[in-house]
Amino acid sequence: MKAPLNPSTTRVGLAQKLGPLLGLGMIVIVLSMISRDFLSFTNIFNVLRQISINALLAFGMTFVILTGGIDLSVGSILALSGAFSAGMLAGGMDPVLAVLIGVTAGTVMGTANGVLVTKGRVAPFIATLATMTVYRGLTLVYTEGRPIAFDNDVFAMLGKGYFLEIPIPVFWMLGTFLILSFVLKNMTFGRHVYAVGGNEEAAMLSGVRTHRVKIGVYAISGFFSSLAGIILTSRLSSAQPTAGTTYELDAIAAVVLGGTSLAGGRGWITGTLIGAMIIGVLDNGLNLMNVSSFYQQVVKGGVILLAVLLDRSQKS
Amino acid sequence: MMRMTAPLLEMEGIQKEFAGVRVLSDVQFSLYPGEVHALMGENGAGKSTLMKILGGVYEKDGGTVRIHGKEREITNPRQAGSLGIAMIHQELNLIPHLTVMENLFLGRESVFSRFGWIRWERMRQESRNWLERLGVDMDPTRKVSELSVGQQQMVEIARALSLEAKILVLDEPTAALTNREIESLFEVIRSLRKQGVGVVYISHRMEEISGICDRITVLRDGEYVGTRSVVETDMDELVRMMVGREVQSRYRRQPVAPGEERLRVEGLTRRGEVEDISFSIRAGEIVGLAGLMGAGRTETARLIFGVCQPDRGNVWVSGAKVEIRRPEDAIQHGIAFVTENRKDEGLVLPLSLRENLSLPNLDSLSSKGIIRGRKEESLVREQVERLRVKRNSLEQEVKTLSGGNQQKVVIGKWLALSPQVLILDEPTRGVDIGAKEEIYQLMDHLAREGMAILLISSDLPEVLGMSDRVLVMHEGRLKGEFTQEEATQEKVMTAASGGEVT
Repeated sequence: MKAPLNPSTTRVGLAQKLGPLLGLGMIVIVLSMISRDFLSFTNIFNVLRQISINALLAFGMTFVILTGGIDLSVGSILALSGAFSAGMLAGGMDPVLAVLIGVTAGTVMGTANGVLVTKGRVAPFIATLATMTVYRGLTLVYTEGRPIAFDNDVFAMLGKGYFLEIPIPVFWMLGTFLILSFVLKNMTFGRHVYAVGGNEEAAMLSGVRTHRVKIGVYAISGFFSSLAGIILTSRLSSAQPTAGTTYELDAIAAVVLGGTSLAGGRGWITGTLIGAMIIGVLDNGLNLMNVSSFYQQVVKGGVILLAVLLDRSQKS
Repeated sequence: MMRMTAPLLEMEGIQKEFAGVRVLSDVQFSLYPGEVHALMGENGAGKSTLMKILGGVYEKDGGTVRIHGKEREITNPRQAGSLGIAMIHQELNLIPHLTVMENLFLGRESVFSRFGWIRWERMRQESRNWLERLGVDMDPTRKVSELSVGQQQMVEIARALSLEAKILVLDEPTAALTNREIESLFEVIRSLRKQGVGVVYISHRMEEISGICDRITVLRDGEYVGTRSVVETDMDELVRMMVGREVQSRYRRQPVAPGEERLRVEGLTRRGEVEDISFSIRAGEIVGLAGLMGAGRTETARLIFGVCQPDRGNVWVSGAKVEIRRPEDAIQHGIAFVTENRKDEGLVLPLSLRENLSLPNLDSLSSKGIIRGRKEESLVREQVERLRVKRNSLEQEVKTLSGGNQQKVVIGKWLALSPQVLILDEPTRGVDIGAKEEIYQLMDHLAREGMAILLISSDLPEVLGMSDRVLVMHEGRLKGEFTQEEATQEKVMTAASGGEVT
């Protein structure tokens, strides 16, 4: 008796992995032919620094989406955590403590999302849509609708500094990427994330604490959103009350471009990194080519659609 | 029952390959009006592939299909439908929020409408007519989600008939039905037969096939083995044809003297589900739990395993009272639960064989939360070899395995924990005969090694053949307990139906 071979499933794995990389390669080749500045050392690191914020949000988002959820509140968490840190610094607090307070706030906000989704049984889309509004509102309350400026050299290093001529946010991004890859690939928590997304009932019956796993992924998303908020605040030397608005969309786009399934249970964080790069490279390339920002949106949306359509046609 | 009429359907020399692997070679099949023709074979023998070719889901690589004597190329399901071919799958294709009549005429509402206004009364009348033709008494305005699986199946059959289906393919139609529902399904099939419809009946259950079918065609490894008339064959021959070798007894047990008590439950109660359940299982014992669907057998298992919380009652494992709040606790106390529904509860389909098998074992395979890859691989390999899971690789997605092999993976993931108590809920449902036998052997072997096994099954011969003791549930209560010697089909059925056994 032969195991029935499903011809489509054997192919998808590789195509899913190679697709995003090929797409990125193609965009890079095209842009480097059009603009000579594109492949310069400064520009490459410029791009990497620009995408670090979105990549951090998208990494956390990958965990949430792998469990079959979604987190719309990342942009608001980014803003509120950044505002907290900036407020503490403006009040003369030690920068290390200010950062700690920022990431703690982000983690708490993410945990609250997770509790709503699990214990409160609210659909992730609705729960985080609501908290997105609540957290944004709190940001406006805390900042009184005005930017919070501060002056602190140590804190400024986090987003603006260089190490070995490489922007420091790039290290944040790559470090996070390595750690989270390891978690997903080699740790029980990572395996539980895939199991919960693939079949929550079966995971629960296999002894997986499914609620704990789900709260965990929202907490992770919250933590890295706040880290992104701190880097952004540092880079701008001030916390903006409207920082991070619509960032959740770029983060979701990066995850989807990377080949992670919105249905959960399937995907990888390397894809998300590539997805974030595709978006960043496109933004940068279109800027270098002096394309108007109105058209840029059209192109970006078109690329996302194209990628998803190509993925579909490979599967069927 | 054979009639001297022209065949409805003739399939000859059918060939099919997937990615260079031959799954059907030179298969033939025919169907006459008013005939019920069983298609049998182990999982992976090619039954579904053959029927998907008939239904236009797959295209054949060779051979001919003739319908009413005319050669046809069926390239898509819509075309199959227009040729009068209807498929009723295990997974039903109804829209739960809509009513029976809305489902019956889905996409054809215009027949009853004028200027886009649906005349519901006429639709209701027409629906009633079709249901009555099947001898089914059902209110067409009821919501499908309120119906039992058996009733939903009737709606699907009625829909197929209303589309003038002449060839009806039933794929494991009784898998989720209660005994009473099976009886009414058979009534319907008999009336279809009188109306000249040809029925292709795919099932693993021998008893049903001899009860309802006229002819039987057997496939093995994608090849045609033979066709028999049901009156001139018997179970032994069919099993031989399917497996390709002699099978001695289906149930081989070498009972051992039971050891110490492994599991005891007392007064387990959850309102509306089960009431005052008490029993115990000793090491080396297989205890059968029989009963009709909805009698509370699975609910009992779920309470013991901590999926739900009991209102009252206690559980002891190896003499110690245990507090089980969630499955994790049950696992830690050495209880394993092979669930009823592989795809919904047993497996994480997008994950690989390896990841599924190691899932409940990750604690012992990791330190500080980091999974030890080598340890994992060796544990998985050990179980896969022990259970003889047929696979291409350990990284294969578990959904690409056949039903029997999927079930082995579900069992394997629990055996790796070396549990003291093993609860098996319908362990052989939808599993082919070869794998069934292996599961029986495994159960016997585990019992002899000292495991305590609770076997929940709707397959009475299986319960009687494998168990040392049989418990019977009826409407949430234990209604009888029989030793192996006392237990007969009649006694168990009487107790299961709520009757008193003297």
